[in-house]
Amino acid sequence: MAKILVFTETTGDNVKTVTLEILGKLNGHEVDVVSISNLSESSITELAKYGAGNIHQLKGNHLEHYTPEGYSQALKSFIDGKGYDYVFTGSTSIGKDLIPRLAGMFDAGMASEVTNFIFEGDTFAGTRPLFAGKCLAKVEISGPKPHFITVRPNALGLAESPSAGAGSKSEASVSVDQVRASIKEIIKGASEKLDLTEANIIVSGGRAIKDASNFKILNELADVLGATVGASRAAVDSGYAPHSMQVGQTGKTVAPSLYIACGISGAIQHLAGMRTSKCIVAINTDPEAPIFTKADYGIVGDLFDVVPLLTQEFKALLG
Amino acid sequence: MNIFVCVKQVPDTETKITPNSDGSFIETNSIKWIMNPYDEFAVEQALLIKAANSGSTVTVLRVGGIKDTEALRTAMAMGADESYLVEADDNLDSYRTAKALKGAIEKSGKNPDLILSGKQAIDSDSLQVPQLLAQMLNLPSVSVVVGFEQNGEELTLKREVEGGTIEIYSVKTPCVVACNKGLNTPRYASLPGIMKAKKKPLTQLSLSDVGVTAEDQRVKYSNFQLPPEKPPGKKFETGDNVASVVKEVVGLLRNEAKVI
Repeated sequence: MAKILVFTETTGDNVKTVTLEILGKLNGHEVDVVSISNLSESSITELAKYGAGNIHQLKGNHLEHYTPEGYSQALKSFIDGKGYDYVFTGSTSIGKDLIPRLAGMFDAGMASEVTNFIFEGDTFAGTRPLFAGKCLAKVEISGPKPHFITVRPNALGLAESPSAGAGSKSEASVSVDQVRASIKEIIKGASEKLDLTEANIIVSGGRAIKDASNFKILNELADVLGATVGASRAAVDSGYAPHSMQVGQTGKTVAPSLYIACGISGAIQHLAGMRTSKCIVAINTDPEAPIFTKADYGIVGDLFDVVPLLTQEFKALLG
Repeated sequence: MNIFVCVKQVPDTETKITPNSDGSFIETNSIKWIMNPYDEFAVEQALLIKAANSGSTVTVLRVGGIKDTEALRTAMAMGADESYLVEADDNLDSYRTAKALKGAIEKSGKNPDLILSGKQAIDSDSLQVPQLLAQMLNLPSVSVVVGFEQNGEELTLKREVEGGTIEIYSVKTPCVVACNKGLNTPRYASLPGIMKAKKKPLTQLSLSDVGVTAEDQRVKYSNFQLPPEKPPGKKFETGDNVASVVKEVVGLLRNEAKVI
């Protein structure tokens, strides 16, 4: 049984789902949770349900916003001397930026964006995609402990019957000396929707969308499904969508339950970025488009005919 | 300013990846190698900063196989002044890579004012090296940067996070900046640039020259394999019956795939 710490972020009053995915997968080990953002009562209940033992809330200066130096110093001072074997968190914007710096403070190794893992006794063995998912490899960590691991959101899934933990909450003061790169301003994105990397359903548009304004019909479908809208590199490079929406090898790698590809032919870089989607629907006028080789359901047709009908049909079903 | 840029040579994004026979890495023989696409933004940014700060130098660093001099020559053809190659395996882990980069910077004898890199390499996809290097050098870092303004030692950097939200950071040099697509438009190397690059200094170092030992290994990869193929899906020709096809697919999503 390994002694494990899971760092959690929050969205509004809730902990990020990836935290619960990780906790469920760690059942059978001694698992604590640590947070810097405030945890609501409902979050504590949720964390306990999925197996959290002690839940630590960190307080201190320079922690109002995320910064790599502030958060890494806070976690370093909390972790020191506690004897954790592993520290896990989600591979989110913060996780990706923070954990390498924190691992560096311990001269420790780190496995990024694992999509599955097992423990052989106390020893971690992970699986992670490389080359944007064109291949998979086993990853093992050695050297000083704790070892650090980030997990791709939506990859593990939620445990169906997790063993509950004690869920006892305590506060700890941490000291942060210096933050040299500090946030002056945060400009909120246009969308309040989940990021592509965390979304459960994604509706993506390709070159065939022809114009930025035509994303409207994809947004309408996404609204009905509670989905996030993505784009192919061709659509981004043509100026129809910003790079933050790009799915693929030079964009985001995604793992939703449902991926609806509209007017995307399926270049190898795009297929790499979305192939771990659990169910793929492709809509394209070209019956020979490579996207159809990866699709569970392929619709040979014009996205401008098909997408509004899909919206209508889902509205009838879900409304 | 002493500007350093870390670059990596990676398989072209068009490449079909094949694991090697013992699963220890991939087949690398017939691969077309390119400069990591995100590193091109870092090189371009370095050249823009150099142009705005007279007397600056741009030094390009690479840890990898001997063929990787190509990425260094490309960066020098774009306008970088000199480069260092630390010779190593292609699949070196992030910890040793960062330590080797730190060693190469120290070997150059120049104090870095700014260290730039891509936000990630598109082969190992680890997103560790810039932050690790910053920690090893005790410098601040900002990653996934899509906007860069300089006012003397003060930098204002835009970092892209979830949902298209932008965080605006203020930081003083020296620091480490990891660049994202959208930051700038990388220039092409000109023919005179390519000719000149052949004469620019390229220093080769070994891992032991930069103080990296076998004990520095932190991550081991094995069992490289292709992801499992899905069984073929169902394909529907819409013809004149778009509405009925859509109805059928929606029904399958609910009752067969159970994702709605």
